[in-house]
Amino acid sequence: MSANLSAIFYLISGVLFILALRGLSSPETSRQGNFFGILGMTIAITVTFLSVGSFSSGLIYVLIFLLIGGLIGAFIAYKIPMTAMPELVAGFHSLVGLSAVLVAVSAFLNPEAFNLGSQGSIKLASLIEMSIGAAVGAITFSGSIIAFLKLQGIMSGSPITFRGQHLLNALLLISILALTYLLCSTQSSNFFWVLLAVSFLIGFLLIIPIGGADMPVVISMLNSYSGWAAAGIGFTLENSALIITGALVGSSGAILSYIMCKGMNRSFFNVILGGFGASEQSSSSGDKEHRPVKNGNAEDAAFLMKNASSVIIVPGYGMAVAQAQHALREMVDTLKKNDIKVTYAIHPVAGRMPGHMNVLLAEANVPYDEVFELEEINNDFANADVAFVIGANDVTNPAAKNDPQSPIYGMPVLDVEKCKSVLFVKRSLSPGYAGIDNDLFYKENTLMLFADAKKMTEDITKNL
Amino acid sequence: MEIDPFIFRLSIFILSIFIGYYVVWSVTPSLHTPLMSVTNAISSVIIVGAIIAGLAGNSDNEFTTSNILGFLAISLAAVNIFGGFLVTQRMLQMYKKKKKDK
Repeated sequence: MSANLSAIFYLISGVLFILALRGLSSPETSRQGNFFGILGMTIAITVTFLSVGSFSSGLIYVLIFLLIGGLIGAFIAYKIPMTAMPELVAGFHSLVGLSAVLVAVSAFLNPEAFNLGSQGSIKLASLIEMSIGAAVGAITFSGSIIAFLKLQGIMSGSPITFRGQHLLNALLLISILALTYLLCSTQSSNFFWVLLAVSFLIGFLLIIPIGGADMPVVISMLNSYSGWAAAGIGFTLENSALIITGALVGSSGAILSYIMCKGMNRSFFNVILGGFGASEQSSSSGDKEHRPVKNGNAEDAAFLMKNASSVIIVPGYGMAVAQAQHALREMVDTLKKNDIKVTYAIHPVAGRMPGHMNVLLAEANVPYDEVFELEEINNDFANADVAFVIGANDVTNPAAKNDPQSPIYGMPVLDVEKCKSVLFVKRSLSPGYAGIDNDLFYKENTLMLFADAKKMTEDITKNL
Repeated sequence: MEIDPFIFRLSIFILSIFIGYYVVWSVTPSLHTPLMSVTNAISSVIIVGAIIAGLAGNSDNEFTTSNILGFLAISLAAVNIFGGFLVTQRMLQMYKKKKKDK
């Protein structure tokens, strides 16, 4: 296949990838979008095989490895529970990062195969592109591994900080530039290996200071990085499909990071520099007094909801942890049988990744037209009888609106307190990740339901 | 004066960033998780480079380090491609509208 023809096919698959993302603008077109994505990928892979043309004995190995990877991927895709999506996505990001590194190294070792010149005299532009692709890939890889470990609970979700951390990161970043320069001027492979090692280290150091609840930003950011890594390799390989995809994914991740930061009213740098929730905690815990809370049980909750005409459900990370989405849906079904209007209110940063709660509710067969975003539903709280907060905390905290001293002041929150009564399903009175108390707990019209989210929801259903 | 092909690739890159910007803003927030999994899958088009690396050069049965790294990259990217698209498919299938009668 001629180079021009294959370039046209790569362009087509790039366009199909754009359509794949475009399809996600509504749930009706989304499945078609995913199909476009698969089609684009199939075209890209087929064209690559055809353009290599002369098949060496390597072909059989290529196919075997493709098959092994594909089977593992398919197996994971079918087995993974929906609550584990954040971990899965983080894990997949690390694979993109690592394959970018492997491709870059392979191109560095055998530049002839990629038309990049010969070993020891690789074209300058290619060398720079390769370094960028490899460095960003390595950062994505180690960063995602840390994110994965934190999400999976293998590593503590609390931020790890030490003195001089930012200085060290800055120095390492500068050294990347210096190493790239040295690599280009000397063509010595030693600099390339050091460059890779430093990049792996940066990815690791960048993510350890970021706390568990900031994971939505981290995952989006790593999503973005994996895109830039792919684009870097795309420039090296002079492949437009990769360049287009890299740019799409890069900007997609960047936008998601922005949305997540806005949902927390924090600047991107504030999140990246990390340590949130560690320092504030100590300052606020000093003057904590024990205020009385109204402690309720499933019967009280069922009574309140039975006499309501509209209920708004506010899910949070706690629902995911307790796997309570199916039990919740059963409770809602019972409520609906009693002609009670039920809607769901989702905060942009609820859960551990963008859209996390929506997927869980969709899994539990909640129709998506009953699920609303913050701006759409926030005015309805004033007219609703009961707000059922399940596993959420900080996103309902009125301190964000009326306490300028609060670390979350300015963050958009759900106006849960405007409801006639509020039901809080929580395991204990412990504060949320921001380490701040929630005034809602002590309000006259709040009933605390201390229990596992799933068990409590089931008990309420029995009492309805 | 001739324009370096790099400039053309750079143009594609910059324009794609803009396309990505507008397309992603139009994605409904409830589909942000599938958005991440599908972007994950499509960024694995990096497999193209891995295949070139894996198939490069030799006709005899000896593989260079470059080939072997290519093979590894192929399987990693394949995990992502199959896993990413299938899990997206699985998620999207769950998004249903309210049924009128029930």
